Amino acid sequence: MRNPYRTQNIAFFFLFLATLLIVIPVGLIIVIIIQKGLPAINWQFLSDIPRQGMRAGGIFPAIIGTLYLVIGAIIFALPIGLLAAIYLSEYAKDNLLTRIIKLAIVNLAGVPSVVYGLFGLALFVVFLKFGASILAGSLTLGIMILPVIITTSREALESVPQSFREVSLSLGASKWQTIRHIVLPNAIPGILTGTILGLGRAAGETAPILFTVAAFYLPQLPKSIFDQAMALPYHLYVISTQVPNVDEKIRYGTALVLLTLVLFVNLIAIIIRYKFRKKKKW
Amino acid sequence: MRKIKEFIIEKLVLLCGLASIFFVVLIFLFLLKEGLAVFKTVSLFKFLFGKNWYPISEPAQLGILSLILGSLLVTLGAAIISIPIGVACAIYIAEIAPLKTKEILKAGIELLAAIPSVVLGFIGMVTLVPLVKSIFHLPTGLTALSGSIMLAFMAMPTIVSIAEDALYSIPKTYKEGALALGATHWQTIWRVMLPAASSGILAAVMLGIGRVVGETMAVMMITGNAAVIPQSILSPVRTLTATIAAEMGEAVVGSEHYFALFAIGIVLFIISFAINVTADLFLHKRQQ
Repeated sequence: MRNPYRTQNIAFFFLFLATLLIVIPVGLIIVIIIQKGLPAINWQFLSDIPRQGMRAGGIFPAIIGTLYLVIGAIIFALPIGLLAAIYLSEYAKDNLLTRIIKLAIVNLAGVPSVVYGLFGLALFVVFLKFGASILAGSLTLGIMILPVIITTSREALESVPQSFREVSLSLGASKWQTIRHIVLPNAIPGILTGTILGLGRAAGETAPILFTVAAFYLPQLPKSIFDQAMALPYHLYVISTQVPNVDEKIRYGTALVLLTLVLFVNLIAIIIRYKFRKKKKW
Repeated sequence: MRKIKEFIIEKLVLLCGLASIFFVVLIFLFLLKEGLAVFKTVSLFKFLFGKNWYPISEPAQLGILSLILGSLLVTLGAAIISIPIGVACAIYIAEIAPLKTKEILKAGIELLAAIPSVVLGFIGMVTLVPLVKSIFHLPTGLTALSGSIMLAFMAMPTIVSIAEDALYSIPKTYKEGALALGATHWQTIWRVMLPAASSGILAAVMLGIGRVVGETMAVMMITGNAAVIPQSILSPVRTLTATIAAEMGEAVVGSEHYFALFAIGIVLFIISFAINVTADLFLHKRQQ
């Protein structure tokens, strides 16, 4: 007769094994990149322009380019995303329109990143004649991270207890005053988490910036938002597939800088959320 | 005065709420605007089922069947790897792992989701590709298999987190009822919890697959980019996404090639739209 407990042990063992199959490679990826990339990291690598056809020198313009793009994307996406979240959490009624908006957000989140690139090319670069520029790239990335910001902000707003709103309204505050002074302050950590996650996503994406902003090789810093710029993820792509005979060290170094940037940003988001959950009084 | 302010703010907020609809429509319209032009020179049927993709030869041959099959093959491979592992990991996190381990595992999965695809592609190039090459004695390790393995890792965070959510949101009474009847923990999971969470898990799987279909950089870097009908999982392939990413840089704006790449974008948009709407339906079914 089959022993159900033995079946259970076998099953649990396989579940554990599956978990290891995910966790170990993740750990390995991070360890390999740190181990091989760390020797490349020094002040010169971080602060110098690429030299000798990107086979030597540093990655400073790529870091700055990514920074500009991320800031631009947030400036565009945060106000719209936050107000959209406020609409969904505070104003929207449970009707067809709300249902369609939610569906649109889900779809926006699911659109392949390279399609965002096509869209950015067609609308910003060609139709609006921005050319390949930081402006076009930032707007493309901004639209891409909109769903992240809306979804997390909405969750944060909705988790503020209804009673807070009722008390404020009963004291004579208007709807907007209630949102502005009661709901928003209590939702800040959640909104921050969403913004940071969006930021991390924008920093790591390559496909949307391929045709909208990314410069193959640009040994100077961009001067205006209508200039092209280098960007870290695209630079990593270029030196690992397009340029032959690049020192392994430089490739791993670039990968490490990008990975550190993105993981650091995500770690901050995780910590904020964790602290907030612990402190939550309701 | 206050009334006017409230009114303006309310309208502004509504406007931003509508922004997502606006952008989805805008994306689709611009893809159509640029992509539909290709059908002046090639019929829809020939575009979808033509075997040859020679966009810059004279006359250009714009059949994307090999690209569709490439995407399909890589996606299928990634699904076969990621679905069982992802769902198993979700069960482990939701049901078996102790609280502390659970927190750490969830953070780990989130980190995996955060790794940029170009970094995964790079790591795949330097570790996985040589490995596949030497194991199967191939002339090149840039194959559909390498792509599938790497993509499986990109689908797993989606599958794990949504499936775990689905398991977590099953009413506690289901589990308690089964345990009270003398079922073991595993019997409870297998016979009660998995069926109860099935629509959520299905949604998780679909969204994971959606992520794989749309993935671009990693695929472009490790599948070899050969636009031919794939013969086996060990041959180089090229996907829809990689084609756009690799060729748009060289395509002249307004040329047939340019229009064709946008038409591929329409195909991708429709695929992802279908996947997301269906997955959303499944998720809603669960909530009711």
